[in-house]
Amino acid sequence: MSHDRGMVSSRQWGLLFVGWLLAVVSTVGSLFFSEVMDYVPCVLCWYQRIPMYALAVILGIALVTQDVNVVKYAQPLALIGVALAAFHSLLYLGYVPKGIQPCSQDIPCSEVKLQVWGFLTIPLMSLAAFLAIVVVLFLLKRSKP
Amino acid sequence: MKRISIVVGTLALVLGAFAAAMFYYQNQKGQERTETAKTNSASLVQFHSPSMGPADAKVTIVEFFDPSCEACRAFYPYVKSILAENPQKVRLVLRYAAFHQGSDVVVKMLEAAKIQGLYWQSLEAVLKAQPEWAQHGNPQIERVWDILKVVQLDVDKAKRDMENPRLDAILKQDAQDIALLQVNKTPTFFVNGKPLLANSPDALRAMVLQEINASYP
Repeated sequence: MSHDRGMVSSRQWGLLFVGWLLAVVSTVGSLFFSEVMDYVPCVLCWYQRIPMYALAVILGIALVTQDVNVVKYAQPLALIGVALAAFHSLLYLGYVPKGIQPCSQDIPCSEVKLQVWGFLTIPLMSLAAFLAIVVVLFLLKRSKP
Repeated sequence: MKRISIVVGTLALVLGAFAAAMFYYQNQKGQERTETAKTNSASLVQFHSPSMGPADAKVTIVEFFDPSCEACRAFYPYVKSILAENPQKVRLVLRYAAFHQGSDVVVKMLEAAKIQGLYWQSLEAVLKAQPEWAQHGNPQIERVWDILKVVQLDVDKAKRDMENPRLDAILKQDAQDIALLQVNKTPTFFVNGKPLLANSPDALRAMVLQEINASYP
Protein backbone atom coordinates (compact mmCIF):
# COMPACT_ATOMS: atom_id res chain seq x y z
CA MET A 1 0.00 0.00 0.00
CA SER A 2 3.01 2.29 0.44
CA HIS A 3 2.96 3.58 -3.13
CA ASP A 4 -0.78 3.95 -3.36
CA ARG A 5 -1.37 7.49 -4.53
CA GLY A 6 -4.47 7.73 -2.43
CA MET A 7 -2.31 7.43 0.66
CA VAL A 8 -1.09 11.02 0.68
CA SER A 9 -2.03 12.30 4.12
CA SER A 10 -4.07 15.42 4.41
CA ARG A 11 -1.12 17.17 6.03
CA GLN A 12 1.06 16.32 3.03
CA TRP A 13 -1.61 17.37 0.62
CA GLY A 14 -2.08 20.59 2.54
CA LEU A 15 1.64 21.38 2.32
CA LEU A 16 1.64 20.64 -1.39
CA PHE A 17 -1.39 22.88 -1.77
CA VAL A 18 0.33 25.78 0.01
CA GLY A 19 3.43 25.40 -2.18
CA TRP A 20 1.34 25.29 -5.33
CA LEU A 21 -0.73 28.28 -4.27
CA LEU A 22 2.44 30.31 -3.64
CA ALA A 23 3.71 29.45 -7.13
CA VAL A 24 0.36 30.21 -8.80
CA VAL A 25 -0.08 33.55 -7.05
CA SER A 26 3.51 34.50 -7.90
CA THR A 27 2.99 33.53 -11.52
CA VAL A 28 -0.27 35.42 -11.87
CA GLY A 29 1.17 38.37 -9.94
CA SER A 30 4.21 38.62 -12.21
CA LEU A 31 1.92 38.53 -15.23
CA PHE A 32 -0.11 41.35 -13.69
CA PHE A 33 3.02 43.48 -13.37
CA SER A 34 4.10 42.89 -16.96
CA GLU A 35 0.82 42.58 -18.87
CA VAL A 36 -1.48 44.93 -16.96
CA MET A 37 0.87 47.45 -15.36
CA ASP A 38 3.25 47.43 -18.35
CA TYR A 39 6.41 46.92 -16.30
CA VAL A 40 8.83 45.39 -18.79
CA PRO A 41 10.55 42.40 -17.12
CA CYS A 42 14.35 42.64 -17.04
CA VAL A 43 16.61 39.67 -17.79
CA LEU A 44 16.90 38.66 -14.13
CA CYS A 45 13.11 38.80 -13.79
CA TRP A 46 12.81 36.38 -16.68
CA TYR A 47 15.35 34.01 -15.12
CA GLN A 48 13.22 33.97 -11.96
CA ARG A 49 10.05 33.48 -13.94
CA ILE A 50 11.42 30.29 -15.52
CA PRO A 51 11.53 28.21 -12.28
CA MET A 52 8.42 29.89 -10.81
CA TYR A 53 6.20 29.15 -13.82
CA ALA A 54 7.51 25.58 -13.94
CA LEU A 55 6.74 25.17 -10.22
CA ALA A 56 3.16 26.33 -10.73
CA VAL A 57 2.68 23.57 -13.30
CA ILE A 58 4.48 20.64 -11.68
CA LEU A 59 3.15 21.31 -8.18
CA GLY A 60 -0.34 21.53 -9.68
CA ILE A 61 0.09 18.16 -11.38
CA ALA A 62 1.43 16.68 -8.11
CA LEU A 63 -1.65 17.99 -6.29
CA VAL A 64 -4.04 16.37 -8.71
CA THR A 65 -2.13 13.09 -9.04
CA GLN A 66 -1.32 13.09 -5.30
CA ASP A 67 2.36 12.56 -5.89
CA VAL A 68 4.71 13.49 -3.05
CA ASN A 69 7.74 12.53 -5.16
CA VAL A 70 7.43 15.92 -6.81
CA VAL A 71 9.69 17.30 -4.04
CA LYS A 72 12.66 15.72 -5.82
CA TYR A 73 11.99 17.78 -8.95
CA ALA A 74 10.50 20.89 -7.41
CA GLN A 75 13.07 21.59 -4.70
CA PRO A 76 16.00 22.24 -7.12
CA LEU A 77 13.83 24.66 -9.09
CA ALA A 78 12.85 26.49 -5.92
CA LEU A 79 16.49 26.70 -4.78
CA ILE A 80 17.57 28.10 -8.15
CA GLY A 81 14.82 30.66 -7.74
CA VAL A 82 16.07 31.61 -4.27
CA ALA A 83 19.59 32.14 -5.62
CA LEU A 84 18.39 34.34 -8.50
CA ALA A 85 15.98 36.34 -6.36
CA ALA A 86 18.63 36.85 -3.68
CA PHE A 87 21.10 38.11 -6.28
CA HIS A 88 18.47 40.44 -7.72
CA SER A 89 17.55 41.75 -4.27
CA LEU A 90 21.20 42.43 -3.46
CA LEU A 91 21.49 44.27 -6.77
CA TYR A 92 18.49 46.40 -5.79
CA LEU A 93 19.98 47.17 -2.42
CA GLY A 94 23.26 48.19 -4.02
CA TYR A 95 25.44 45.36 -2.68
CA VAL A 96 26.31 44.07 -6.13
CA PRO A 97 28.56 46.32 -8.21
CA LYS A 98 26.74 47.59 -11.28
CA GLY A 99 29.59 46.39 -13.50
CA ILE A 100 28.64 42.76 -13.12
CA GLN A 101 24.92 43.03 -13.61
CA PRO A 102 23.90 40.99 -16.62
CA CYS A 103 21.39 43.42 -18.11
CA SER A 104 21.03 45.59 -21.12
CA GLN A 105 20.83 49.36 -20.98
CA ASP A 106 17.26 49.40 -22.19
CA ILE A 107 15.79 47.53 -19.23
CA PRO A 108 18.16 47.86 -16.29
CA CYS A 109 17.64 45.23 -13.58
CA SER A 110 18.64 47.72 -10.90
CA GLU A 111 15.80 50.13 -11.63
CA VAL A 112 13.32 49.98 -8.74
CA LYS A 113 9.85 49.88 -10.26
CA LEU A 114 7.66 49.33 -7.27
CA GLN A 115 7.98 49.60 -3.53
CA VAL A 116 5.11 48.52 -1.33
CA TRP A 117 5.20 49.93 2.21
CA GLY A 118 8.57 51.50 1.43
CA PHE A 119 10.59 48.28 1.33
CA LEU A 120 8.80 45.45 -0.49
CA THR A 121 10.19 45.40 -4.02
CA ILE A 122 9.38 42.89 -6.75
CA PRO A 123 12.65 40.88 -6.30
CA LEU A 124 12.00 40.77 -2.56
CA MET A 125 8.49 39.39 -3.16
CA SER A 126 10.07 36.80 -5.46
CA LEU A 127 12.67 35.90 -2.82
CA ALA A 128 10.00 35.51 -0.14
CA ALA A 129 7.88 33.29 -2.39
CA PHE A 130 10.77 31.03 -3.40
CA LEU A 131 11.96 30.75 0.22
CA ALA A 132 8.45 29.87 1.39
CA ILE A 133 8.21 27.19 -1.30
CA VAL A 134 11.59 25.77 -0.23
CA VAL A 135 10.39 25.56 3.39
CA VAL A 136 7.09 23.95 2.40
CA LEU A 137 8.83 21.37 0.22
CA PHE A 138 11.34 20.66 2.99
CA LEU A 139 8.54 20.01 5.46
CA LEU A 140 6.84 17.84 2.87
CA LYS A 141 9.99 15.75 2.42
CA ARG A 142 10.29 15.17 6.17
CA SER A 143 6.65 14.36 6.68
CA LYS A 144 5.37 10.78 6.77
CA PRO A 145 2.22 9.67 5.06
CA MET B 1 -12.52 14.14 -5.94
CA LYS B 2 -12.90 16.70 -3.20
CA ARG B 3 -9.20 17.55 -3.54
CA ILE B 4 -9.51 18.16 -7.27
CA SER B 5 -12.41 20.53 -6.70
CA ILE B 6 -10.26 22.45 -4.20
CA VAL B 7 -7.52 22.81 -6.83
CA VAL B 8 -9.89 23.85 -9.60
CA GLY B 9 -11.82 26.18 -7.30
CA THR B 10 -8.64 27.86 -6.08
CA LEU B 11 -7.40 28.31 -9.62
CA ALA B 12 -10.72 29.91 -10.60
CA LEU B 13 -10.50 32.18 -7.57
CA VAL B 14 -6.97 33.32 -8.42
CA LEU B 15 -7.86 33.98 -12.04
CA GLY B 16 -11.01 35.80 -10.97
CA ALA B 17 -8.94 37.99 -8.65
CA PHE B 18 -6.59 38.72 -11.55
CA ALA B 19 -9.46 39.79 -13.79
CA ALA B 20 -10.99 41.96 -11.06
CA ALA B 21 -7.65 43.62 -10.29
CA MET B 22 -7.09 44.22 -14.00
CA PHE B 23 -10.50 45.80 -14.39
CA TYR B 24 -9.95 48.02 -11.36
CA TYR B 25 -6.42 49.02 -12.40
CA GLN B 26 -7.34 49.86 -15.98
CA ASN B 27 -10.34 51.83 -14.80
CA GLN B 28 -8.13 53.85 -12.43
CA LYS B 29 -5.51 54.42 -15.13
CA GLY B 30 -8.16 55.48 -17.63
CA GLN B 31 -9.55 58.05 -15.21
CA GLU B 32 -6.05 59.36 -14.51
CA ARG B 33 -5.28 59.67 -18.21
CA THR B 34 -8.56 61.47 -18.84
CA GLU B 35 -7.79 63.90 -16.02
CA THR B 36 -4.25 64.49 -17.30
CA ALA B 37 -5.56 65.24 -20.77
CA LYS B 38 -8.17 67.61 -19.33
CA THR B 39 -5.68 69.62 -17.26
CA ASN B 40 -3.23 69.84 -20.17
CA SER B 41 -5.71 70.32 -23.00
CA ALA B 42 -3.81 73.41 -24.18
CA SER B 43 -0.88 71.13 -25.04
CA LEU B 44 -2.86 68.93 -27.42
CA VAL B 45 -2.71 71.10 -30.53
CA GLN B 46 0.00 73.59 -31.43
CA PHE B 47 -0.09 76.16 -34.19
CA HIS B 48 2.70 74.39 -36.09
CA SER B 49 1.04 70.96 -35.99
CA PRO B 50 0.22 69.51 -39.42
CA SER B 51 -3.48 68.88 -39.84
CA MET B 52 -5.79 67.26 -42.36
CA GLY B 53 -9.46 68.07 -42.76
CA PRO B 54 -11.48 71.27 -42.35
CA ALA B 55 -10.30 73.70 -39.66
CA ASP B 56 -13.88 74.21 -38.45
CA ALA B 57 -14.56 70.49 -37.95
CA LYS B 58 -16.10 69.89 -34.56
CA VAL B 59 -14.31 66.59 -34.02
CA THR B 60 -10.52 66.67 -33.76
CA ILE B 61 -8.36 63.57 -33.63
CA VAL B 62 -4.90 64.28 -32.23
CA GLU B 63 -2.41 61.56 -32.99
CA PHE B 64 1.02 61.39 -31.36
CA PHE B 65 3.08 59.36 -33.78
CA ASP B 66 6.58 58.28 -34.68
CA PRO B 67 7.50 57.75 -38.34
CA SER B 68 9.55 54.67 -37.34
CA CYS B 69 6.73 53.04 -35.38
CA GLU B 70 5.13 49.97 -36.97
CA ALA B 71 1.84 50.39 -35.12
CA CYS B 72 1.56 53.98 -36.40
CA ARG B 73 2.04 52.66 -39.91
CA ALA B 74 -0.62 50.01 -39.35
CA PHE B 75 -3.05 52.58 -37.92
CA TYR B 76 -2.61 55.09 -40.73
CA PRO B 77 -5.05 53.58 -43.29
CA TYR B 78 -7.74 53.31 -40.60
CA VAL B 79 -7.28 56.93 -39.55
CA LYS B 80 -7.48 57.99 -43.18
CA SER B 81 -10.65 56.03 -43.79
CA ILE B 82 -12.26 57.48 -40.65
CA LEU B 83 -11.55 60.94 -42.10
CA ALA B 84 -12.86 59.94 -45.52
CA GLU B 85 -16.05 58.49 -44.06
CA ASN B 86 -16.81 61.72 -42.21
CA PRO B 87 -15.80 64.62 -44.45
CA GLN B 88 -16.38 68.16 -43.06
CA LYS B 89 -16.81 66.79 -39.56
CA VAL B 90 -13.45 65.35 -38.57
CA ARG B 91 -9.97 66.84 -38.52
CA LEU B 92 -6.68 65.05 -37.87
CA VAL B 93 -3.79 66.78 -36.11
CA LEU B 94 -0.42 65.07 -36.05
CA ARG B 95 2.06 65.46 -33.22
CA TYR B 96 5.53 63.97 -33.08
CA ALA B 97 6.67 61.44 -30.53
CA ALA B 98 10.14 60.72 -31.92
CA PHE B 99 10.93 57.85 -29.57
CA HIS B 100 13.02 55.74 -31.94
CA GLN B 101 16.62 56.34 -32.92
CA GLY B 102 16.74 58.55 -36.02
CA SER B 103 13.07 59.49 -35.86
CA ASP B 104 13.88 63.12 -35.06
CA VAL B 105 15.76 63.41 -38.36
CA VAL B 106 12.87 61.90 -40.31
CA VAL B 107 10.48 64.30 -38.57
CA LYS B 108 12.63 67.19 -39.76
CA MET B 109 12.59 65.77 -43.30
CA LEU B 110 8.79 65.69 -43.15
CA GLU B 111 8.67 69.25 -41.86
CA ALA B 112 11.00 70.30 -44.68
CA ALA B 113 8.62 68.61 -47.12
CA LYS B 114 5.78 70.57 -45.53
CA ILE B 115 7.50 73.81 -46.53
CA GLN B 116 7.29 72.59 -50.14
CA GLY B 117 3.62 71.71 -49.71
CA LEU B 118 4.34 67.98 -49.99
CA TYR B 119 3.68 66.95 -46.39
CA TRP B 120 1.00 64.28 -46.69
CA GLN B 121 2.44 62.71 -49.83
CA SER B 122 5.82 62.52 -48.13
CA LEU B 123 4.36 61.08 -44.94
CA GLU B 124 2.54 58.38 -46.86
CA ALA B 125 5.64 57.49 -48.89
CA VAL B 126 7.79 57.34 -45.75
CA LEU B 127 5.28 55.14 -43.92
CA LYS B 128 4.80 52.88 -46.91
CA ALA B 129 8.54 52.30 -47.23
CA GLN B 130 9.06 52.08 -43.47
CA PRO B 131 10.31 48.44 -43.47
CA GLU B 132 13.12 49.52 -45.83
CA TRP B 133 14.61 52.24 -43.63
CA ALA B 134 13.35 51.87 -40.07
CA GLN B 135 15.06 48.76 -38.71
CA HIS B 136 15.29 49.27 -34.97
CA GLY B 137 18.77 50.07 -33.74
CA ASN B 138 19.97 50.45 -37.33
CA PRO B 139 17.86 53.07 -39.12
CA GLN B 140 18.86 53.86 -42.71
CA ILE B 141 18.00 57.54 -42.68
CA GLU B 142 19.79 58.34 -45.95
CA ARG B 143 17.45 56.00 -47.80
CA VAL B 144 14.52 58.20 -46.81
CA TRP B 145 15.77 60.83 -49.28
CA ASP B 146 15.45 58.31 -52.12
CA ILE B 147 11.93 57.55 -50.98
CA LEU B 148 11.08 61.26 -50.93
CA LYS B 149 12.31 61.78 -54.49
CA VAL B 150 9.24 59.81 -55.59
CA VAL B 151 6.95 62.64 -54.44
CA GLN B 152 9.00 65.19 -56.45
CA LEU B 153 10.59 66.72 -53.37
CA ASP B 154 13.37 69.22 -53.99
CA VAL B 155 15.91 67.39 -51.85
CA ASP B 156 18.57 70.11 -51.91
CA LYS B 157 16.10 72.72 -50.73
CA ALA B 158 14.74 70.32 -48.11
CA LYS B 159 18.24 69.71 -46.77
CA ARG B 160 18.78 73.45 -46.43
CA ASP B 161 15.39 73.93 -44.77
CA MET B 162 16.23 71.21 -42.27
CA GLU B 163 18.90 73.46 -40.82
CA ASN B 164 16.24 75.96 -39.82
CA PRO B 165 16.14 76.17 -36.00
CA ARG B 166 12.37 76.45 -36.25
CA LEU B 167 12.27 72.68 -36.88
CA ASP B 168 14.21 72.03 -33.68
CA ALA B 169 11.73 74.21 -31.87
CA ILE B 170 8.86 72.10 -33.21
CA LEU B 171 10.47 68.89 -31.96
CA LYS B 172 11.19 70.50 -28.61
CA GLN B 173 7.64 71.77 -28.23
CA ASP B 174 6.20 68.36 -29.11
CA ALA B 175 8.55 66.68 -26.63
CA GLN B 176 7.38 69.08 -23.92
CA ASP B 177 3.74 68.36 -24.66
CA ILE B 178 4.44 64.61 -24.62
CA ALA B 179 5.81 64.98 -21.11
CA LEU B 180 2.83 67.04 -19.96
CA LEU B 181 0.27 64.68 -21.49
CA GLN B 182 2.23 61.61 -20.33
CA VAL B 183 2.32 60.06 -23.78
CA ASN B 184 4.59 57.01 -23.60
CA LYS B 185 3.41 54.87 -26.48
CA THR B 186 2.88 55.48 -30.15
CA PRO B 187 0.39 55.93 -31.56
CA THR B 188 -1.50 57.74 -28.80
CA PHE B 189 -4.82 59.24 -29.82
CA PHE B 190 -6.99 61.93 -28.31
CA VAL B 191 -10.45 62.63 -29.69
CA ASN B 192 -11.79 66.06 -28.74
CA GLY B 193 -9.36 66.11 -25.84
CA LYS B 194 -10.23 62.70 -24.46
CA PRO B 195 -7.64 59.92 -24.57
CA LEU B 196 -8.38 56.76 -26.52
CA LEU B 197 -8.05 54.11 -23.83
CA ALA B 198 -8.24 50.89 -25.85
CA ASN B 199 -5.61 51.22 -28.56
CA SER B 200 -7.43 49.63 -31.50
CA PRO B 201 -8.74 50.99 -34.81
CA ASP B 202 -12.28 49.89 -33.95
CA ALA B 203 -12.17 51.68 -30.62
CA LEU B 204 -10.92 54.83 -32.36
CA ARG B 205 -13.70 54.66 -34.94
CA ALA B 206 -16.32 54.14 -32.23
CA MET B 207 -14.97 57.08 -30.23
CA VAL B 208 -14.98 59.37 -33.28
CA LEU B 209 -18.57 58.36 -34.12
CA GLN B 210 -19.61 59.06 -30.55
CA GLU B 211 -18.07 62.53 -30.71
CA ILE B 212 -19.70 63.19 -34.10
CA ASN B 213 -23.08 62.25 -32.69
CA ALA B 214 -22.51 64.54 -29.73
CA SER B 215 -21.23 67.48 -31.80
CA TYR B 216 -23.61 67.21 -34.78
CA PRO B 217 -26.98 66.38 -33.24
